[in-house]
Amino acid sequence: MVSAPPLFAFEDVSIETPTNRILDHVDLDITDGGRITCLQGPSGAGKSTLLRLCNRLAVPTSGSVRFRGEALDAIDPLTLRRRVGMVFQRPTLFPGSVRSNLAEARPDASDAEMIAVLVRARTPGDLLDRDGDALSGGEAQRVCLARTLLTDPEVLLLDEPTSALDPAATRGLEELGRSLADDGMPILWVTHDLAQSERLGDDQVVLVDGRVADRDELHRYLAGDREGPDGRG
Amino acid sequence: MAEGDVGWLGLLASLVLIAVTIGLSWWRGLGLERDVIVATARALVQLLIVGYVLTIVIDPDQPLALAFVWVGLMVPFAAWTVGQRAKEIPGAFGIALAALTPSTVITLLIVFALGVFPLEARTLVPVAGMMVGNAMKDTIVAGRRIIAELSEKRAEVEARLALGQTWKQASRPHVRSAVRTALISQIETTKGVGLVFLPGAMTGLILAGIDPVDAVLVQAALMFLILGAVAINVVVVGEALTRRLFTSDHRLLPLTRSA
Repeated sequence: MVSAPPLFAFEDVSIETPTNRILDHVDLDITDGGRITCLQGPSGAGKSTLLRLCNRLAVPTSGSVRFRGEALDAIDPLTLRRRVGMVFQRPTLFPGSVRSNLAEARPDASDAEMIAVLVRARTPGDLLDRDGDALSGGEAQRVCLARTLLTDPEVLLLDEPTSALDPAATRGLEELGRSLADDGMPILWVTHDLAQSERLGDDQVVLVDGRVADRDELHRYLAGDREGPDGRG
Repeated sequence: MAEGDVGWLGLLASLVLIAVTIGLSWWRGLGLERDVIVATARALVQLLIVGYVLTIVIDPDQPLALAFVWVGLMVPFAAWTVGQRAKEIPGAFGIALAALTPSTVITLLIVFALGVFPLEARTLVPVAGMMVGNAMKDTIVAGRRIIAELSEKRAEVEARLALGQTWKQASRPHVRSAVRTALISQIETTKGVGLVFLPGAMTGLILAGIDPVDAVLVQAALMFLILGAVAINVVVVGEALTRRLFTSDHRLLPLTRSA
């Protein structure tokens, strides 16, 4: 029997800038299925960059990335980004109402579809006509998640989605992530919070200085030199 | 000497104001004395050369083709100037050339085909000069504004790209805002004309003894032409520059803002 390919396979992936190596020969398989894989590591370790490789907001300087066996550069980037949804560190709502925000993801979505996706993101459906500026941080981040879900993604990339939220909103978003994963949605969740990673992750990947590391190395790093190279994150 | 002519003595007298500027710079410690002297000398030399060349170009006995050659050289020179002045705009020369060429051709065609001005060297050269000069300035404003907008709003742009939008869709609200800003300054200039200030062409004509109402007609026509040229220009800059700021796989490149 042929085993299913990993969700994402990174093969000898490096990203360099003229002054800096952000990812350094990363070899990594992310397991497919309804699981949360936490990418953890100190600030500047290259976690966000690794995540951005998955939807081609970044491209490797060398090496290759595969998504469910397909080379990423062989997939149309616009199609890929709808299959691989992403939520950013800070809630990035566009100016206007929640409805207009959701319409950016799918202009033809009906009110019923929008309300359904808001409910799926544990947000009251009656928010549709509210202005994005009037939402709390937690609500705004859940609307961002609902907006991403409206593209009907196969995978979710969450880039430190709780770093700008208070503890209650953080807990709410973690529960939401867990329920989406339990419903079969694979999630890559970047965090620098070790406790969150342990609480949430079915799988854990540690990055230090742009390389895949083990937990001992992370602890040694955190205990000693905390200065990560610039430009990683 | 005709009424309103300055003459060499008058020109020398006007340098008193340059001396005042240098004195103020020295007194307030602005350190601009050398710049003022260089700018004054350059302006004098450039204008005198242009004046003598224009005497030949707009001579009614010379073929009109000479004036067209002059205008044809003016456009790439303006584009080169944009490239020199706005190095933070990638491909500034090519973008400015792509924008200034249609804006100049279209507005000149309209002006002369509709008979706003008679097609003569003495009208073609200054009209083209005013249009290209203004459009050149607004090319830089629009280019810098687009880079600033996309740089400030990178998170929003990338959030749109992450939803599967094309570079054009993801940049549209920001480019629209930048182009609007560039065009508004020209609209405000058009609004304020006559009330707030008397523009150059009109002032020159009145100084040269032309009836103020006739001078106003010329100035109004010029203002409308300039507005049209600037509008065509900033729209082309918006399209051409934005395309350069994204990769073919719809990623926003790292941007360097002007100081």
